[in-house]
Amino acid sequence: MARPEAVGSPAPLWRQRLGRIPWQQLTPLLGLVLLLIVGSLIHPAFLTTTNLFNVLTRSAFIGIIAVGGTFVIIAGGIDLSVGSMAAFLAGAMILVMNVLSGNDLAPLTVVLMGVGMVLVAGLLAGAANGIAITRGRIEAFIVTLGTLGIFRSLVIYLADGGTISLDFTVRGFYRPVFFGSFLGVPIPVWAFAAVAIIGAIVLHRTRFGRYVRAIGSNQEVARYASVRVERIRTLTYVIQGVCVAIAVILYVPRLGSASGSTGILWELEAIAAVIIGGTALKGGYGHVWGTVVGAIMLSLIGNVLNLTAAISEYLNGAVQGLIIIGAVFLQRGRGGR
Amino acid sequence: MTSSTTPRKPSSERDQPKLVGRGLSMAFGPVEVLHAVDIDVTPGEVHAILGENGAGKSTLLKLVSGYHAPTAGEVILDGTSRRFRDPPDAEANGIVMIHQELSLVPDLSVEENVFLGHERHRFGLVDRQAQKQATRELLATLQTKVDVNRRVRQLSVSQAQMVEIAKAVSRDVRVLCMDEPTDVLTGRETEVLFDLVRRLTADGVAVLYVSHKLDEIKRIADRVTILRDGYKIGTFDVTDLTPAEMARRMVGRDLADMYPAKAALADDAAPVLELDDVSVPGHVEHVRVALRKGEILGFAGLVGAGRTELFEGVIGLRPKHGTVRKDGRPVRWSHPEDAKRAGVAYLTEDRKGKGLLLSKGLRENLTLQALERFARPFTNIRKEQSALEHSVREFDVRVARLDVHAGALSGGNQQKLVLAKLMLTTPDVVILDEPTRGIDVGTKRQIYFYIAELIAKGTSVVLISSELQELLGVAHRVVVMQDGHVKGIVEGDDMNEQTIMAYATGLRHDPTLSAARPEVLHGAA
Repeated sequence: MARPEAVGSPAPLWRQRLGRIPWQQLTPLLGLVLLLIVGSLIHPAFLTTTNLFNVLTRSAFIGIIAVGGTFVIIAGGIDLSVGSMAAFLAGAMILVMNVLSGNDLAPLTVVLMGVGMVLVAGLLAGAANGIAITRGRIEAFIVTLGTLGIFRSLVIYLADGGTISLDFTVRGFYRPVFFGSFLGVPIPVWAFAAVAIIGAIVLHRTRFGRYVRAIGSNQEVARYASVRVERIRTLTYVIQGVCVAIAVILYVPRLGSASGSTGILWELEAIAAVIIGGTALKGGYGHVWGTVVGAIMLSLIGNVLNLTAAISEYLNGAVQGLIIIGAVFLQRGRGGR
Repeated sequence: MTSSTTPRKPSSERDQPKLVGRGLSMAFGPVEVLHAVDIDVTPGEVHAILGENGAGKSTLLKLVSGYHAPTAGEVILDGTSRRFRDPPDAEANGIVMIHQELSLVPDLSVEENVFLGHERHRFGLVDRQAQKQATRELLATLQTKVDVNRRVRQLSVSQAQMVEIAKAVSRDVRVLCMDEPTDVLTGRETEVLFDLVRRLTADGVAVLYVSHKLDEIKRIADRVTILRDGYKIGTFDVTDLTPAEMARRMVGRDLADMYPAKAALADDAAPVLELDDVSVPGHVEHVRVALRKGEILGFAGLVGAGRTELFEGVIGLRPKHGTVRKDGRPVRWSHPEDAKRAGVAYLTEDRKGKGLLLSKGLRENLTLQALERFARPFTNIRKEQSALEHSVREFDVRVARLDVHAGALSGGNQQKLVLAKLMLTTPDVVILDEPTRGIDVGTKRQIYFYIAELIAKGTSVVLISSELQELLGVAHRVVVMQDGHVKGIVEGDDMNEQTIMAYATGLRHDPTLSAARPEVLHGAA
């Protein structure tokens, strides 16, 4: 809560208006604007459509995963397994499509079946996490730390320690899903926008979303108010799993392969995007739009560093780290809520 | 015992006020909650602060003990004007506060909590043995049997409160500030606390005692300052006022009729909620009772008798055995949602921990339990807002703005909000667990009259309460539990304090209740 000005000396109107803007909630957006200004000063190519669409396309994977992560974290949970899960789903999807393609199915059928399979697999993987956490009453951190290891080793096993590559004909057909555009906007950006909009509506405008926030705020209060706490919490992990699957559907046509090093550290980037976006790590409070801004900021930092010689791009991680800490520091004033 | 037995040495030093608050005002944002209040306390005196919830009692206490800095006025200690930086600064000057909300660290042991921030050292390390010994001695003087090695999380609420008191008196205390310390204590513990207060005052400690329990103030205090809506009504010698006069000054009107007239109960009123041999493992065994239509069925018992656990089991918050019948039909409720669908609502005794999302808005809290009415499929915020405006009016929730979070409300207003939330599910059986705990007299009266309104509309009510007066004043029958068993069901002439206490303490029990005889279900005496 903001402490109002001292009584007796009314502030001028413009200052009152400025005071009423929820600055702390807007910090992610202000950070984004600041990055855009810095970027455009550094390099003339920065503010071009091509460059910005590149940044958005690259932020789509983490962004889509982080939208799912927003639900998990607001409900008071955490999912560390998403990077490994993405690698496992990508490997499994490629293997299935290769088998189907070997059976002389049309590429469209192959891709559609692959997409269907990966969505179901993502849903099941998320449900497995969620059920172990809620029914098994094990800390989310522990369960997903375990599945992080499981999914990672499964993909290495599937790839026999090497790389799983997508069949050449399917790959040619599938490529446009990552590299193509619709109305001049890259497909992954459309997908990111769609996931974010649906996520925002579900989180902020449905009963489920309200329950997610209530549970994160105080699980006991929700339980006593006859909310099905375990079911809702499990569903947040299912949403997370489906979001990972959607990210994989966009990722596979990009490289056409998966290996033990696919999706390494994605879980931390996704969590970072959620936190930069203003969601409380302890749950109860957060916005999908903040997460979107957070994901875009993370890939903008890399882009800006690429365009300037002032800071080595090898320091990308350090700058990201500073921004994460800084973002939380600036939002700390909200701590009591 | 009356206050007149408190030894008061006629020395001049004793009559010098130890602590004086002069013209103390406090504003949170634009809202001034305390208006130029004067108060003083002398060594050896218990000075009570009395007022309804939201009258500013706790705020006043927090100003003199360094938790808040007053927006106007000054705090004078031993004749010098002081400005305490923070509570530890005030504590260093001998002003110690015992909190309304427990301020213990749940995962530290009893001993670690008592000495938190004041650890005793030996050779540069914390001297755990000395601390444990000192804690044992302190608890012994409080007649509290608690292992000093246990973590506070494992203690009952009343044990934790006694530890809190031990922690306060372990400091070098000259002014002891107590904020409704007996709310969670049993009768015996309250006696122990009063003994302690008498001993401390005999040693020259000055005590500021916030309470809304008139009988307590009458027993323990020498003077009383009455606050209403942040204004000081006056300071009186306790012997000059009867409890009724105190209450009138506190609420600004007469409280002669605290309880509404009891509605007559039809002889053939059908049972709406029957518990047949219900057990909650670890807490309650073989309970058989029935709530009839239009009845207020009271549940009495000491802390730990199992009343809360019984009804948490009934509505599906805990595992249970046995049969529950609603309107004559057996039901299987494994989750509160099942009970909600069947028209049964339970008000938790733990308003802050289980009743409200303190950091969320009033609107989100109000509609949480009945959200399906406001989200089809998308949440209709306008509809929620108008429900909030309606409930705030109906339940007389006193709040300046509707966009504050629930934690900003006073206790009584929070309770009204939880009640409103419950009633949005339109239940026909309402289970109220300690609905007036920690609430001022005026709000209590409003709640009693609201219960009467519910009964008039055909609702049936279970009222769990630790206040016998309240049960006697409101309930048609009272079920008395002790140690997980129903020991007696009293009505008519048997409904008096002596009989209920005899059952509650295990001195008496009705043998027909433990046998499997269905006719006792309907309370035929």
